[in-house]
Amino acid sequence: MSWRAFSRTPRRSSENSPGERMSSPVLAHLITDIVAGRIRVVDLTHTLAPEFPPIVLPPEFGESAPVRIEEVSRYDARGPAWYWNNLSFGEHTGTHFDAPIHWVTGRDLPNNATDTIPLDRFVASASVIDCSREAGEDADYLLSVEKLRAFEERHGRISPRSWVLMRTDWSKRSNDAVAFQNFDETGQHTPGPDVDAVRFLVEERDVLGFGTETIGTDAGQAAHLRPPYPCHSIMHGAGRFGLQCLANLDLLPATGAVLIAAPLKIRQGSGSPLRVLALVPA
Amino acid sequence: MNALPPQPPRAPSSRLKRRNPLVALKPPLVPPFARSRAAQGLTAAAALGVFALQRCEKCGAAQYPPRDACVQCLSPRLRWRPAEGTGELLSETLIRHGQELYFRERAPWRVGLVRLDCGPSAIVALHGDCAPAPSRLRLRLALDKSGQALMIALPEKDTPDMAEDPLVRETTCAPRARKVLVTDAKTKVGRAMVEALVAAGADLVWAGYAAPWKPSPHLEALGALEGVSLVPLDVTDESSVRELAGSIGGKVDILVNTAEYHRPGSIASRGGVATARTEMEVNYFGLLRLSQSFMAALKARAADGPASATAWVNILSVHALSNDPAHGTFSASKAAAFSLAQALRADLQASGIRVINVFPGSIDDEWNARVAPPKLSPAALAKAVVEALERGLEDVYPGEVAKDVMARFLENPKALERELAG
Repeated sequence: MSWRAFSRTPRRSSENSPGERMSSPVLAHLITDIVAGRIRVVDLTHTLAPEFPPIVLPPEFGESAPVRIEEVSRYDARGPAWYWNNLSFGEHTGTHFDAPIHWVTGRDLPNNATDTIPLDRFVASASVIDCSREAGEDADYLLSVEKLRAFEERHGRISPRSWVLMRTDWSKRSNDAVAFQNFDETGQHTPGPDVDAVRFLVEERDVLGFGTETIGTDAGQAAHLRPPYPCHSIMHGAGRFGLQCLANLDLLPATGAVLIAAPLKIRQGSGSPLRVLALVPA
Repeated sequence: MNALPPQPPRAPSSRLKRRNPLVALKPPLVPPFARSRAAQGLTAAAALGVFALQRCEKCGAAQYPPRDACVQCLSPRLRWRPAEGTGELLSETLIRHGQELYFRERAPWRVGLVRLDCGPSAIVALHGDCAPAPSRLRLRLALDKSGQALMIALPEKDTPDMAEDPLVRETTCAPRARKVLVTDAKTKVGRAMVEALVAAGADLVWAGYAAPWKPSPHLEALGALEGVSLVPLDVTDESSVRELAGSIGGKVDILVNTAEYHRPGSIASRGGVATARTEMEVNYFGLLRLSQSFMAALKARAADGPASATAWVNILSVHALSNDPAHGTFSASKAAAFSLAQALRADLQASGIRVINVFPGSIDDEWNARVAPPKLSPAALAKAVVEALERGLEDVYPGEVAKDVMARFLENPKALERELAG
């Protein structure tokens, strides 16, 4: 049975009366281990900044607004003692989360938007598939089921309701926007999963979602796959999530990291920039 | 990347002697600004680069200086008409002193009394190559550093290096030997502009580009041209504009704002305001961001020798005057930009920096692919801009379509509105 039967919304902690609340030794240990450095907190997030490359669509389509940070005042005539900015961006800018409602295949699912996804989905373990060598050799590299099975042989079965992260070291290109986007006259060339890999992860491994270091969860040339954009159409169609423009995946173990990845609570949001933290055994 | 087709010829000897950095910069003085309302008719003509005088509709006499009634017959029925800009120098003098700081600093002034072939006499500023009286002259209405009309006399025939005369340099904004920023060189217009400025002898052209990850077939080749330097600039990003101004702002002599976002369509043809907002972000707020970051340094260097800061060019649209509903939100963004450009002009003219507004009709680019010809080629637009700088114009309507729309607008704006709606 799939964990996806989540019509039951988890109880919020505020619904518990103080007398009912149980102390959890796990939480206490967690904090003790973080303070003691036995668990490291790794930032998987790029800095949200105007120069970070945005998603590019053919010019006949509507375009996502880029990240813009505009000063309201900076200890000056506009506000003598304070500094603050107005911030604007599209939902899919910087390191960001994709909700199922983002894709037409997920439009009618329950709890499919950033404000309605059950909260417990935002804390989950992660498997990190190292494709850095393949992506280094071939920018159009497609992650296959064979690669996933090889991963499982070494590290064990991918668990349900966990993130699968595709490590390509693409984030190391982020200070070179041209190399990061990697366009030529046939479009973008960035790695991603192939159609069967996405089906395998959803149907046979029941994953929570798929995360990449590139600007989409799908490969740059995924418009030419059948179906086009499998990671969007199949993942979101099954109520699963996406994480894009992740950084520092090379600092994560193959298994055993826990991700804290909660998007902004945007009403009917299709996605959101977010801070992605990984808890990693030191 | 593609190589550029034929490279524009580079004008020779376009480099001036460098300024002595230990000598104080001259303050940007301007001549007196005040004019009667009647005299603004000269300014309107000079802004377009035409020679026009008041002509009496009753007796037919042309007159100068402008007045509220005809000096021959006292009729108030005066109309501004194009006039023959030729005449004869009767006498001349050299003015060595001036009470006004601007004239005093630039003395001596060669001034002549001229009889115009169309009738009136005028006291005019003489180009250095004008032959002594009696001699034949060509007369021009030029905009002086305050942005007001000044009648100047040129020799009857062109002379070598006549553009180097101080009178010409004071009333024009030639790109020769100057440093120019073209804010977006990735568009077809931007590319043509960079090439035309190089060919016109600019000392350096900074070619701005946004979104470096979007391949541009010509940008790299443009950057390889001698005298062109590619600089990152995204006019929708405050920090990008500020960063570039911090880097080159104090060196820019002419700013040509080619940055433009244009998606055709009526306002009913697409939902939401995302595209319209981007048009405003580039076409209107982009100009505002550039203004805030580049104005101060331009004004400070307005009297910095022969290659001083001198001009700001805005590529607007003739539909800034009257909306073309087939490009509804684009026209609106250009109207906003035009209005802002007027505010910019009011601010910059106090320092003698000219704001040149260019109002083309449909440009022959990918966003006007469904517009029937005649369309203005990017090269023709760029040529019109260089010519406007060299002649010192202020309002430019390049191409027949723009001239036609402007004429219809002036004659009957309501009729034009209905015609564009049809």
